[in-house]
Amino acid sequence: MTRWGMAIDVDRCTGCGACAVACHAENNIQTVGEVEAAKGRAMHWLRIERYYEGTFPDIKARFMPVLCQQCGHAPCEPVCPVYATYRTPEGLNAMVYARCIGTRYCANNCPYTVRFFNWFTPEFPTPLERQLNPSVSVRPAGVMEKCTFCVQRIQDAQEVAAQEEREVRDGEIRTACSQSCPAQAITFGDLDDASSLVAQLAHSDRASHLLEDLSTEPSVIYLAGGR
Amino acid sequence: MAGPAASVHEEALLKPLVGFRPKLFLGSLLTGGLVGLLFYAWGFQIVNDIGVAGITRPVFWGFYIVNFVFWIGISHAGTLISAILRVTQAEWRRPVTRCAEAITTFALMIGGLFPLIHLGRPWIFWYMVPIPTDRGIWPNFRSPLMWDIMAITTYLIGSVMYLLLPMIPDFAIIRDRMMRESPKSLKTLFFRVAALGWRGTPQQWFSLEAGIKTMAVVIIPVAVSVHTIVSWDFAMAIQPMWHSTIFGPYFVVGAIYSGVAVLMLAMYLLRRGLHIEQYLNDKVFNNLGLMFLAFAMLWSYFTFAEHLTVWYGNEHSERIVFDARIDGRFSGFFWTMIVVNTVIPFLVLPWRKGRSPLGTAIVGFGVLIGMWIERYLIVVGTLSFPRLTYTEGFYSPTWVEVGILIGSVGLFGFLYFTFIQLAPIVSLWEVREGEHIKNRPAPHGASPALNPAEKEA
Repeated sequence: MTRWGMAIDVDRCTGCGACAVACHAENNIQTVGEVEAAKGRAMHWLRIERYYEGTFPDIKARFMPVLCQQCGHAPCEPVCPVYATYRTPEGLNAMVYARCIGTRYCANNCPYTVRFFNWFTPEFPTPLERQLNPSVSVRPAGVMEKCTFCVQRIQDAQEVAAQEEREVRDGEIRTACSQSCPAQAITFGDLDDASSLVAQLAHSDRASHLLEDLSTEPSVIYLAGGR
Repeated sequence: MAGPAASVHEEALLKPLVGFRPKLFLGSLLTGGLVGLLFYAWGFQIVNDIGVAGITRPVFWGFYIVNFVFWIGISHAGTLISAILRVTQAEWRRPVTRCAEAITTFALMIGGLFPLIHLGRPWIFWYMVPIPTDRGIWPNFRSPLMWDIMAITTYLIGSVMYLLLPMIPDFAIIRDRMMRESPKSLKTLFFRVAALGWRGTPQQWFSLEAGIKTMAVVIIPVAVSVHTIVSWDFAMAIQPMWHSTIFGPYFVVGAIYSGVAVLMLAMYLLRRGLHIEQYLNDKVFNNLGLMFLAFAMLWSYFTFAEHLTVWYGNEHSERIVFDARIDGRFSGFFWTMIVVNTVIPFLVLPWRKGRSPLGTAIVGFGVLIGMWIERYLIVVGTLSFPRLTYTEGFYSPTWVEVGILIGSVGLFGFLYFTFIQLAPIVSLWEVREGEHIKNRPAPHGASPALNPAEKEA
């Protein structure tokens, strides 16, 4: 069985933000403008959290890309009254935009705060509308959205593999964030395939989960501990 | 209340029902304007999208959910209190039950409106209704929001039945009177229909008493479960200071507390406005004031217990929310709440003089504000501080949210003014029954042969 997962090497991350930009472009995420962003309504399915270690002048910034953790026991799923978010057999925490009525309960119950709400009908100021990704639907107002692990890329690769009558190869699928990371800090793949790079990284001594004590069983593994 | 004079006092109750009352009309007009504000603001929000409200990330729930919990809480005034008093056969309940039950029904209607106002796409709210269609849309019964819908619908239907049943003989009394005075008027027609052909036969009395008694017993567990389930909207989530096991009883106590507060305030206004001091007398205020005090103690105890366990447990993410309440961003709200919900009631209500109509009404008004703040602290206070501190956020409401809150108060007033003009706010037959019992003490309680229709004719 396939279980999609991601390993993020925090020690490699330089905080450049290329992943966040790539995510915006790939997934048709709206840019809300500065007024709305100041209200806290900015939408970044993937954000770089910045934390500081030590005090000035002996200070070090640490960067942590945070996206939907695609939890095995997702707190967002049971609370949705209309099954707009559910777990797919391949371990993705999926959103069904058409079902979403906008109770926003899922976002409240997400300990990682990685769910985003369309407060208004999205606008793509020129020339952004020309680079909309045709494989991804644009979400209407009143609907929740979040990282999908680039599910459209997963499906494309699976179709190609099916036509060529073979399995999807490790490394064949690259999410937009992983593809654009200059430090190659983000690795995507099948956690259930023991030979895959991500599965090996998941068993590294440096591996941990975000807010592990909540037992949400995330599919995103953070690698940290080096200098 | 002396028996023979009762019919004179009944005039005060029947006045608003018969003919045109300028003061009541003015009240309806004013509150009706606020209802207009409510629907204008809501319409504005639907047309211009939910973003016109101030809710944001991470505070995804704001005024609407606060108001929802607030109004559902108020709805615990009536039905629950009236049912407890009926079941325990407290004689002084007789003039109180009707106005309390009306509060429940109207507060529930308004409370039930808020989850709809709150939705991002309210036009497809029916996805939450289990309608078997070929679209395959089926609600998720694991969600506390679905439990809410089930509980509140049950409570609303039960409360309406519980309000309407004891009104039937009263409608018959008014019908008989209106038939004599103005048999052709529209209002007479209304009462003829509302009385459901009540003739006051022993069989009818027997059925009515059985119905009321059954509903009184059934409605108590329903009321308790409703606010428990409302609390589970929060307690089922894993957010700091939401995930608490005492939230069920804490919310039930808070709900009844705010409910009694509204009841005290409403009774004071009714007594002043309609001059029905003979019914809503000092004894009633004193007794309810004692109940009020008991709930002030219970609520304060629960609040103490809830905060003590969080402080003692000292879990990091919970302490952030806790500290913001005690001496941080929300401390103004928190200490205001403590003053109006604990300090003032404890200073006023223990004294016989404090439990006067005016005293209880003033305390009630304070508690009303305090209980609204409590829900604000729970909803916004927690959501402002997510576990990943990087995403901490601020919330401030817009005119849409404030307008809808004011409008909802107006809607409550409007419904209540309308109700006063359509039904006696004190149950006529129940008071008569009480006088009957008092004057002719019978070992088996009320005589089922008491017939208001006959008596009037």
